[in-house]
Amino acid sequence: MGRGAYIRRRLFLTVFVLFGVTILIFGMVHFLPGDPAATLLGDRATTQNIAELREQLGLNKPLPEQYWMFVSGLVRGQMGTSMQFHQPVRDMVVSRLPISIGLALYAILLAAFLTFTFGLLAAVNKDTWIDQLVRVSFLFVLTMPNFWLGILLILVLSLGLHWFPVAGFGTTFTDHIWYLFLPALTIALALSAVLIRNLRSSVISTTRSDYVRTARAKGLLERIVLMRHILRNAVLSTVTIFGLQFGFLIGGALVVEIVFAIPGLGQLLFTSITSRDYPVVQAITVITALMVILVNLIVDLSYSFLDPRVTYG
Amino acid sequence: MGENVLNPALPHSAPLLRLSFGMRLQKIGLNPTLLAGLVILSVVVLMAIAAPLLTPYDPIAQKLDEAFKPPLSPNHPLGTDNFGRDMWSRILYSARLDLQIGLLSVVFPFVFGIFVGISAGYLGGHVDTVLMRVLDVMMAFPFLVLVVAIMSVMGPGLFSMYVAFGLVGWIPYARITRGETLTTRNLEYIHAARTIGATTPRVMVRHVLPNVIGPGLVYVFTGMVLAILVGATLSYLGLGPQPPTPEWGAMIAAGRQFLLQAPWMTALPGLALLIFGVALSLIGDGLADRR
Repeated sequence: MGRGAYIRRRLFLTVFVLFGVTILIFGMVHFLPGDPAATLLGDRATTQNIAELREQLGLNKPLPEQYWMFVSGLVRGQMGTSMQFHQPVRDMVVSRLPISIGLALYAILLAAFLTFTFGLLAAVNKDTWIDQLVRVSFLFVLTMPNFWLGILLILVLSLGLHWFPVAGFGTTFTDHIWYLFLPALTIALALSAVLIRNLRSSVISTTRSDYVRTARAKGLLERIVLMRHILRNAVLSTVTIFGLQFGFLIGGALVVEIVFAIPGLGQLLFTSITSRDYPVVQAITVITALMVILVNLIVDLSYSFLDPRVTYG
Repeated sequence: MGENVLNPALPHSAPLLRLSFGMRLQKIGLNPTLLAGLVILSVVVLMAIAAPLLTPYDPIAQKLDEAFKPPLSPNHPLGTDNFGRDMWSRILYSARLDLQIGLLSVVFPFVFGIFVGISAGYLGGHVDTVLMRVLDVMMAFPFLVLVVAIMSVMGPGLFSMYVAFGLVGWIPYARITRGETLTTRNLEYIHAARTIGATTPRVMVRHVLPNVIGPGLVYVFTGMVLAILVGATLSYLGLGPQPPTPEWGAMIAAGRQFLLQAPWMTALPGLALLIFGVALSLIGDGLADRR
């Protein structure tokens, strides 16, 4: 199968998954125990209140009609009205989305730096104390909850050493880079803990291949062998793992936003849950799923650029 | 028998080779990673069980005149929190809850995921196609976001949390087991079982299941770490067990506003969570190395 045919097939699959995502999110409100109207009104609601709200929310219409309204709304970018703020959900989400995406990209950049630095350091110094130190440190990071890691960084780097602001977002671009450094580092550490393990073992196994021996026998500098021959081949599986981990990155980022009081989607999501504002929760769930689908599509399509030998079968 | 055939001059009881500690461990199926994990986990479990014997304090009894005692204070080895509650007893008692979260959160996903994985892998065809497409859809959601979305419909609390984990957590087990089943289904002993007339359910349960369950079992420990971390995250966000129930994530959240005044309120429960998580990760890694 050529690249074009693969991309078409992959896009078809993506459309199918998108359809499934809408069914699942729609189904969640309708098939899980708990009436959204009753949940929304709280314990003191009368049956009449609940019935009125159900009518108002369109919950009494036939399911296919409700689903059609939900999906056609999504496609037109209308995701309903927030029950808590009485504002269109779209406006609330659109103003916060760039902040969350910016934070995620910042975290990915830092994670790439950490992964290449420590992954290569551990692999090149395999079985020495450097390797052991890197592995043990990141095993600990791997088991730390994101939010606790964030708080520890605040405790040491902000409150202790006064190097970074404790929380907030700033006003100018330079401010943002400055304010978002610790949150991005928190997310990046957690993400790179997985990636470093993978890159290390991938580099070690690539080092054993014949073409690396040939490259060394030709008398190439070790630095060139490492960068051009080993790393280029080893990085492929790490990119795959990155795609698989992206969902965790998003989940972690949403929580880290709370820890550092960043006005992104995470804060909106968690305040909406406490106030049972389910149109907002649905919208954010759809958006995060879209991001995961998009990133995995990019990861799948990037293989042939990273490694020209990859064919799609 | 029993005589040393290679060298009759050696008495048969003399060991030919002194086994190192590591080799002896391997003989009984343990490796250092697995052993370390098991030891730490056993200590955590024993401490959780023996909590009432290890501390004289009630974990939820408030004593405001004893608030904010730092660690190593007399009578309070790990200090007290903003309500004067003993940190050591709160950490011990929340180990019980977090162990329960870890265990209950993996039981249903494990059983259901293995069932789905074997069905998809063994039956193939439409069953496989449908189940795999369902997996594709579920995997498009970030785990935490899907759990949180389910809890937003069902309301906060432990029960909703278990339901959410149950609905979402089976995916990795199904994927892992399906992969194993695909390689196992064409092996000779499966053909043999079918040839002698074993029914499909019987082949799946008696012949496929025991041979494909291993990697899923290893993943249980990773799944437990994930469940405990996400559980702690949910209670950090106020969606898990409600106060004053001691739970590590909720304790970290409570300490957040006293970070300067009482950093131990945040640091210590996180450390407990970390030790517990490392133990489970070590067991998972150790089991994976054995295979």
